[in-house]
Amino acid sequence: MSLVVDSLVKRFGNFPALKGVSLTIPQGAFVALLGPSGSGKTTLLRILGGLEYPDDGSVRFADLNWLAVPARERRAGFVFQHYALFKHLTVAQNIGFGLSVRPRRERPSRGEILRRVEDLLALVQLDGLGKRYPSQLSGGQRQRVALARALAIEPRMLLLDEPFGALDAKVRKELRGWLRALHERLGLTSVFVTHDQEEAFALADLVAVMNGGRLEQYDTPEVLKRSPQSAFVADFLGLAPPPRAVESAQPVLPLRMRA
Amino acid sequence: MARRFQRPTEDSRSTRALLIGLTLGFIGLFLLLPLVVVFSAALQEGWVGAWSALAEPDAVSAIELTLLVAAIAVPLNVVFGVSAAWAVAKFDFRGKNLLVSLIDLPFSVSPVIAGLIYVLIFGMQGWLGPTLRDYDIKIIFALPGLVLATLFVTFPFVARELIPLMVDQGRGEEEAAVSLGASGFSTFLRVTLPNIKWGLLYGVLLCNARAMGEFGAVSVVSGHIRGLTNTMPLHVEVLYNDYQYVGAFAVASLLALLALVTLTLKTFLEWRFADEIAAVHRH
Repeated sequence: MSLVVDSLVKRFGNFPALKGVSLTIPQGAFVALLGPSGSGKTTLLRILGGLEYPDDGSVRFADLNWLAVPARERRAGFVFQHYALFKHLTVAQNIGFGLSVRPRRERPSRGEILRRVEDLLALVQLDGLGKRYPSQLSGGQRQRVALARALAIEPRMLLLDEPFGALDAKVRKELRGWLRALHERLGLTSVFVTHDQEEAFALADLVAVMNGGRLEQYDTPEVLKRSPQSAFVADFLGLAPPPRAVESAQPVLPLRMRA
Repeated sequence: MARRFQRPTEDSRSTRALLIGLTLGFIGLFLLLPLVVVFSAALQEGWVGAWSALAEPDAVSAIELTLLVAAIAVPLNVVFGVSAAWAVAKFDFRGKNLLVSLIDLPFSVSPVIAGLIYVLIFGMQGWLGPTLRDYDIKIIFALPGLVLATLFVTFPFVARELIPLMVDQGRGEEEAAVSLGASGFSTFLRVTLPNIKWGLLYGVLLCNARAMGEFGAVSVVSGHIRGLTNTMPLHVEVLYNDYQYVGAFAVASLLALLALVTLTLKTFLEWRFADEIAAVHRH
């Protein structure tokens, strides 16, 4: 049941977002898509979730032509960068949404939905907050509601777009460990997008370093650290020797910004 | 004693008095005074006089016709407005900016021209006139013409309320709904609609006020057949030209009352749902 991505190409107008990306995500792996903004990592994630379609290339999941499966039938649990929680629904209604919109014959009973929502609230450690509205929660809590909502549909994979991007450093560290533990418990194939290499290395089994629509290197964190394959990877991971100090009266500006 | 400093943006006392006075004077002279005149003229023969003017068969038929036209035009514009706003806010396509400008067209075209367009298309001497006559379909000087003209002038109201709101809200929640397995229709019903409902209500209100109050476009296509194709604004004119002042002003009061109710509801919505309506700023 691995996810096989083959030669994906995607353009937005004149901007090439993906220029032929291929990688295989083994079942149950936790994979990070790492790269600067504009590297194509979010586009790749959105293609996996069915929210974008590539111009060329293929994606196979198990025996399925994954691109031919419409987004609503993929059961790919997608966690959005800004969570995209339904503002007008309570936390419990948000989490139960995916179950309550199922066609009548597949839909669990009202009581069953409530029970599953309670279980998920416990899983994401938000017991008792089901009646609140998203606006009444902290950033970290919203993030966990978004995750619970994605897990409610019994997803076949978990796709997370900058899962900690909007959180402060302390909450980010806490949630990171918690998410890794959850991944180990559920064993779901998970892909997450990040521009933070520390985060990628701390969480992922495999890291795909992307740049300018191409896959630069796809390896375990250990291999990446030990032998970066390109100047970009070395530089992005901060492994390159620091640039020769310039002696001048001018203050030395950082050569690149890492958000 | 603390000295009072003048803030940099603060004007002198006399400038302030002048500006406030000018504004109040203008509002009083051009808005409040006419309103008082309308109501007092309607009541110059007492409540009974005003009431009997409204109960007169032609007046009743004008009121009914106005309500009927609005009842058809407003829902149609809701459907159109939501579709247009949806298309503009949620999809990218060629000619999107052109579409947005076209939606505003009825605001810049004189209503008389709007009416004339339909006469030229559907009238007896018009484009489709002979064909329509063969099938015995009456559009001009009949209800369909009134509805068409009203639709034209109220075209932008709902769409213009919703477009900025929906653009501002983005597609995130809809994408989330779809990825959770919701169909297009249940996404609309359970996610999009709740997010736009107050803006929609606000647009409907404005659309309705205009639909009931429209004179120019409707006047061209109506033919002014008393008791048949006269809406309230047209009936007011007919009565006035017949020197039936009490009747004219009684019907006019009813229209003014409608405007006041609309204004009250609009203010209430603005006060209650300020954040959601903040995206709307052109009225």
